[in-house]
Formats: sequence, C-alpha cells, structure tokens
Amino acid sequence: MTANRFESPFELNGPEGVDGWEDLYSPSSSFGEARRNYEDNRFWFWDSMHWGHALTPWDAYFFEVALASLSQMNSRHYRIPPADGVDFRILYGYAYLSPVGVDPSKIEDRVPQFMERAGFYFGNWNDLYDRWLDKVKDTIARIEALDFSPLPEMEDLEVVTGGVGLGSGFELLKSYHQFKDLVLEAWNYHFEFLNLGYAAYLDFFGFCKEVFPSIPDLGIAKMVAGVDVDLFRPNEELKTLARKAIDLGIARAFDDPEHVSLDGAAGAQWQAAWDAVENPWFNFTSGNGFYHFDKIWKQERSIPYGFIRDYIAKIEGGEDITRPIEAITAERDRIVAEYRDLLSNDEQREAFDSKLGLARVVFPYVENHNFYIEHWTMSVVWQKVRELGTTLAKDGLLAEDDDLLFVRPDEVDQILWDYYANWAVNAPTVSAAKWGPIVERRRAIHAKLSDWKAPKALGEPPEVITEPFTIMLWGITSESVASWLGTGSDDGITGMAASPGIAEGTARLVFSPEEVGDLQEGEILVAPITAPSWAPVFPKIRACVTDIGGMMSHAAIVCREYGVPAVTGTGFGTNMISTGDRIRVDGSGGTVTILD
Amino acid sequence: MCEACPIIDWAKELPTVGSFTARLVSDIMNDFIVWYDRYEPDQKPLVGGKNASLGEMMRAEMPVPPGFALTVEAYSMIWQDSSLVNDVNSLLSGLDHDDYAQNVDVSNRIRARIEMSPMPEPVVDALGVAYENLCAHCDLENLPVAVRSSATAEDLLDASFAGQQDTYLWICGTEPVIEHAKRCWSSLFTDRAIAYRHQMGYLSHRIAMSVGVQKMVDPISSGVAFTLNPSNGDRSQVAIDASWGLGEAVVSGEVTPDNFLVDKVLHEVFKRDVSTKLVEYRLTTAGVVEKVEIEPDRQSQASVSDAELMAIAQLARRAEKHYGCPQDVEWAIDRHLPEGENVLMLQSRPETVWSRKQTQPLRSGGTDSMASIVSTLVSPLHKKSDT
Repeated sequence: MTANRFESPFELNGPEGVDGWEDLYSPSSSFGEARRNYEDNRFWFWDSMHWGHALTPWDAYFFEVALASLSQMNSRHYRIPPADGVDFRILYGYAYLSPVGVDPSKIEDRVPQFMERAGFYFGNWNDLYDRWLDKVKDTIARIEALDFSPLPEMEDLEVVTGGVGLGSGFELLKSYHQFKDLVLEAWNYHFEFLNLGYAAYLDFFGFCKEVFPSIPDLGIAKMVAGVDVDLFRPNEELKTLARKAIDLGIARAFDDPEHVSLDGAAGAQWQAAWDAVENPWFNFTSGNGFYHFDKIWKQERSIPYGFIRDYIAKIEGGEDITRPIEAITAERDRIVAEYRDLLSNDEQREAFDSKLGLARVVFPYVENHNFYIEHWTMSVVWQKVRELGTTLAKDGLLAEDDDLLFVRPDEVDQILWDYYANWAVNAPTVSAAKWGPIVERRRAIHAKLSDWKAPKALGEPPEVITEPFTIMLWGITSESVASWLGTGSDDGITGMAASPGIAEGTARLVFSPEEVGDLQEGEILVAPITAPSWAPVFPKIRACVTDIGGMMSHAAIVCREYGVPAVTGTGFGTNMISTGDRIRVDGSGGTVTILD
Repeated sequence: MCEACPIIDWAKELPTVGSFTARLVSDIMNDFIVWYDRYEPDQKPLVGGKNASLGEMMRAEMPVPPGFALTVEAYSMIWQDSSLVNDVNSLLSGLDHDDYAQNVDVSNRIRARIEMSPMPEPVVDALGVAYENLCAHCDLENLPVAVRSSATAEDLLDASFAGQQDTYLWICGTEPVIEHAKRCWSSLFTDRAIAYRHQMGYLSHRIAMSVGVQKMVDPISSGVAFTLNPSNGDRSQVAIDASWGLGEAVVSGEVTPDNFLVDKVLHEVFKRDVSTKLVEYRLTTAGVVEKVEIEPDRQSQASVSDAELMAIAQLARRAEKHYGCPQDVEWAIDRHLPEGENVLMLQSRPETVWSRKQTQPLRSGGTDSMASIVSTLVSPLHKKSDT
C-alpha cells in the first residue's frame, strides 16, 4: 500500500459478527457522527505499546482513566505550551490515540503559565516526590481497605449499639463509588510528574544531540538512568530468595515451580523471608498492569517460583547474579565525566551540568512510577475487581466470577443497586436475568475482536510529527508513520537503537505473558512490547526486538539494565519475523535482519 | 649572491644563534644523542619537531616504538670542516634561483658533497653506541630501524619546509644507519628546500637537522585516527582509517582504507565500512619494503579487529587528553608484539579543520533550564535514532 493517509475510522471494515461492540465501552470513547468532522480530520495511532489486545469493559475503563489523567496535566495543570491532551477512542475493541496540539497563536500565551507552574515542580521536585510517595501509598492502602464481601444476613450488633445508623449495603455502594474515585486518583498521580519528567529529560536529550551530533540515544540514557531503581527491586528480591533457598538447603523444592512445597523449619524460614518482601514488591504483574488477565506474582506464585528456579540453577552453576551496583555507578560516572570532558567551553559545561542535574532529579520518578502505579496499584485494583465479581456471582447477581469483566463500571452501579435494594427488602434480584445474556453476547464479541488485526493508524498523518510526547513516549516519528504507510525506504526492519551490541540467533515471537516461559536459552525475544516483569528471562535471551517503544519505553530500560542488545519501535517486527527465523539484531545501529 | 643562502661557519656562529645553542656549548657539547624515553620538552630545539613529538608521546607513556634522536649538535659538527663550508657556499653562490634545472643540479651536488664527507668521528661513535644499545634493548642484532629527518629552526614555528623530511625504512646495521643519517642531513638541501628558503628569505644556517632513529614496526595493519567525527565534528567519536601492512598504502591513496567510527565514551563501534583492499606495503623475506597484492580472502576482510579498534580509539583519546585538543594520530599494529600491547602510536598532530571552527553558541534556551525546556517542547529536535 502506498498512500498519504490511512483508512478513515468511519470507513474501516471491522470483524464480522460484532454488532453492538460499542456497548462494551463508554460513549465518549467511540467514533461517531456527533464529532465526525473533528475525528475524521485527525491522525489516530493504535497504542499497541500499552494496549495491544482487544479491551474488555474494565480494561477500557482504566485506559480511559489513564488517558484523561495524562491529558489533564498537559492541558489544565501545567499548560504545556504546544500540547494539550491526548485524545482517545476505542474502535473494534482497540485503543487509538491522537495527541491534540495547541493552536499556534495561543502557544505564546501559555509559556509564562507553563514556566510558573512547571517551574514550581522542577524547583521543588524532591519534596513533591516524597509527598507523592506518601500520597500513592495512602491511595493504595485505601483501595486495599475497601470491603467488597457479600452483604450479611444480619448487621453486627455493634452497628446497632454503636448508633451507627448505616448498613453494609450503604457501605458496599459507597465503597464501589470510592473504588472508582481512588482509581482515578491513582492515575491522576501517575501523571502528576510524568510529562514534566519527560520534558526535562527531553531537554537534556536535545542538548546532547546538539553538542554531540552522533551521540547514541543510549549514551544519553546511561548518563541519566538511576542505579538504585524501585522498578528492579522485585527481580532483585527473587535473586535474594533464590540464594536463601540454597542456603537453607531447599533449592530442590523449586525444581517444579507449579508444585512447590515448603516443609519443615527451613521451609518456614524461607516462607518468612518471602512474606517480608511480598508487600509491596511482589505486587508485580507479568504484563503491564492494564489488562484483567495480567498475572500478579504474589497470586500466581508459579511465575516467581519459575524465575527463582532459574536463578538457583545459575548460582549453582557458579554464576554471579548479583547486580554490580558499584560497577554500574562507576560506569555511569565515567560516562558522564568523559562526555563532560569533551565539551568545548564553559557555556556548554554549565548547560550540561544543569540539564543533567535536572534530568537526574526527575528520573527516579520516571523510572519508579511504573512500579507504584502499573504494578502495585493496579495489582490491588484488579484484585478488588475480582473480589467484587466473586461476591456478585456468589449472591446470584451474575452467573460467573468473571462475568463482571464484561459489565461496564457505570453499569455495575445498576447491579449493585439491585443487589442492595433487594437485600434490604429481602426479595429476588433481576440482574442475573438481565445481564446473563448480555455478558454472554459480549464475551463472544470480545473473542471476535481479539482475533482481529487492528490497523496501526487511522486518518491523515501530519506531514512532520513534532508532538513531543508522541515521539518520546510512543517512539512514533515521521519515519515510522512513513513505514506504516509503505512510503518509507524498505530496507529491512529498523527501529530505535535501544540497547547496544549485535546478536544472531533464533527468533521466538511472544504475544502474551503466558508465552514468556516458552523462551529457550539463547533465543531472541520478538514481541509487540515487553513488560518489566519479564526481566528474569533477559539473562537467557540473546537479544530483543519490539514493535513499539521509544528510548524510555519499559522494554528499552530493562534491556539496557540487563545488557541485552535490543531494537525497539520497529513498527511491525512481529509481522515480518516468524518464530524459528534466524535473525541478526544490531542494537547499536537499530536494525534487524532476517538471515534465513 | 643571495644572502640567505650561504652556509656560515657554525663554530664561529654558535654563541650568537640563541639560547639552545648556548646551552649546547656549556652543558652537553658532546651529547649527540637524546633517547626518546628521556626526552625533556626544553630539548625540542635540539631534536627538531618530529623527534620532539615522539619524545613527548613517550613522556606521556604512550606506546611508541623505542628510539633516539641524533641532535642538531651532531649536524653542526659537519660544518666544522671548512672545506665543506666553502664547497657548499661556492655552489650556492653561483645559483640562479630562477633556473629550475640548475637548482636541481646544485641540489644534487650539495647533497652528494655532504653525503660523501665522512661523519665526524665523535658523532660516529655516539651514533654507533646508541644504535647498538637500541639493538640490545630490543634484543635483536641489526635491528631494523626507521631513520628520519627532524628539522628545527629556532625562530620558526614550523620547520617542516626546510627539508624533504626524508624517512628511510627498514635500515639494518650501524653502517647503513650512518649513511642514512647523512642523507637526512643532506635533505636540507633538496632543490625544493633551497628554493623555499630563498623565496621566504630564511637563512640556511638558521635551519638545522636532527635525525630520528626508531625501531621499525612490522605492522599487520596500520592507519590514521581522528579524535572526532570528521563529518560533523562530534568529539565523542574517533574516526579510524585502516588497511593492511604499512601506512604508505593509505597515505598515498593506493587503497581505499576500511573506515570506522568508534564511540569514545561507550566503547562501541558506531559505524563500520570495510572496503576491498587490493595492495599492501610489507617487508618481504628479502628485507625490503615492497608493494604486494593482497590474497583474495584477505581483501574484503576488516584489517583490524574490534578489540584493536578499541585499543586504537583509546590510544587516540589519550593523545587528545595529553595534548588538550583533537588529534590526528598515526598508528600501527605490530606483528611481533603480543595482543594487548601491539597497538603502537607513530605520530600525533593537532587536528586542524574542526578545531579551528568557532564553537557555535548553544541554540535558544542555553543554560536557562526553563526557557530551554520550553524551546525543546515547542520544537523537539530529537528524531528517530541516529542512523
């Protein structure tokens, strides 16, 4: 295909037999006649980096909450001069985004507003970040405290003798409302710092490219990257537990991660060590936290146990798996000193010091927010969704535990009212009869949407992509759009040189966390995107290729950390490479070659 | 007769030609030898630019092949022979500088006259002992050496015009070293040097010649390295040209060398361009340097390994740090030295093209963080990876 625009969202042929698919999602997220003029004149790209699968109603809800939160910070809080929000739609179950630029004539007016507001954050970053940690931990604690257990036959006596005057039904409805508010709260916090953090990083990045025109993106990332990063902590804890298992003489208990029995005093001792770090560190998802099917380590123990088994094998094989913190710090200091030494004059050195200084102040947030929100918060959030689903199924409002996933959060209010009112009256409920068929129909639709291949983009792309967040967060550039359109130069697979080195090996395509375990020693991981919790497999793969992702994508950060060559943001690597292909990954040049 | 041309009696002139000769007379009158590893910067006028640079590199503990300089004092000794002074002066006095053929003829005759004269006895002794010491140091009898001229002029920054800067490779044995040292001396009187001095009005006797004697490197490969990316001036990279054998093939342009860009900081090969190299200069079994065809399977093979590229880049970076400005370095990989010690530096000069460019002030924003962030957001200059 060679064209200068992608298909219109209004002309696109979706999958067969999915009539009514729009009902799974909020009306505000659908393309439609009401806004056709606006929608048809925009460029929309599928955010397969974060939402690579067809969304269920609850997946979609968190997508909407995230994008609204992101947008609000740009447009209303900090007044990012050229960028308002990132508009979002769901089409046939897939998440499409369209960054909204500011009318050029209004950019100037927003500059002083931005300077004052963002300036305050940059100037007080560490204090605000400390407060942020407290706020987020408090939000998580409040979500955890929500009670979605079934309504009782009779209220506790204390409710009466305490003169409370309010019952469990009221508490359940209130808890559900609070739950939705708290999720929005957590996602507001997610973006409180993120865009500003990226902006400061981007500024240092641009400076480096100016003074060292050929500097690899990696060189810049290495100067900024934190050494002691919370995001890597879960994996480090697994290594410690692997060592502990060896020390306690129970290493063999992990040979089959599906059936680990921890007997005796040693087993109890090991279990105590696990318990001491489980919260928060194993609130860690095998995916990216955005999907109901993402597995959480503390719940699906066979996943961390499998990684522990691999680490045990490495330690027993004489390998040192400790993260060499001192060496990493020394290397970072060396790189900074060398670049600084190569600058031409004091003006450059002054700019280098101040920009690097700011980039390093903001970067712990950029790296760590992912653990606090995507992993920890979302682990707790999904647990609560499941709790509610189980309660509603138990008391006959819905047929199955996971039927709830196919009811929109706003529709759940109806079910809860039905539940509450008829619990109060002690009379039959209507929900099972009403929602049973709807859920069944929606399941079928969702299955069909899941099999459909969503187009990379929709509508007319801008001539040049200049929107800073599109490039920084999603790695989408004029070049990648051209390659999606088939107008770019077609000489193999290219992307971001995300982690240096060249490797050859056999490709294995991995589309979901469940398939990660299929990776064999020495294979090359090819995926739409990788998640940080896949980190334990990185020591055994030879290289990594992803479809989507910029220099600061999760994949890039983790690959660099584990020294695995990686090319990210290839656009369609998973379309062109098949499992079993021998490929060469040049993580320094940003190219992937299919050898045979 | 041109007043710039005649050679005057050095013995008479010595006290007046500047501080270095005064020092010569008082301290080291009989010291004709300066070993590179004992070189001190104030000896530069004694040993000339090229030798000084080698000594300087050795002082910086850079891996330079061992050797020594035969000082200008040795050269001055030949002019104590008044018959030589008279002969040279009379040849120069009759010279019509506009007559090219005559210029060549006079040059040939002066050079022959100098080379024919016996080297003064004390110089022969000093040179002979030094060469034998070098042989002993390298544990090889009749050590092959490079004998090269290293001109100096007390009042000129750059004396390179003064002679052909002759270099003689693979010289083995005391007698041949003496012969070639004399040829270096006489290279002050090439037709080109005479003409140049005449045009510029430089006085012949103010130019003196030192000679360098350095262990010959037998390179597997050799080339040059710039401590910046010549296409955009990026100082975080080293550009390396490399080809098989001696550097002559690269310098003369007879081969298109392999070309690499190495990241100085990340120690990564950033770009590699391996070309087809058809010929190389190498030492034949007969002990002479010859241009030979490269066997087919080696033609398209990279002439340096990645590990060697890193070593070359590191060496170039050290030179850059030592001299405090971007450098243009000649290097070679010695066939006989063990891996890890086999990358040698032959020469280091300041890079001139980018170094002379005025550094541009930083684009909008500069050191004001907020203004700079605004400018970054409004016109992000980053783009897809730098391929």
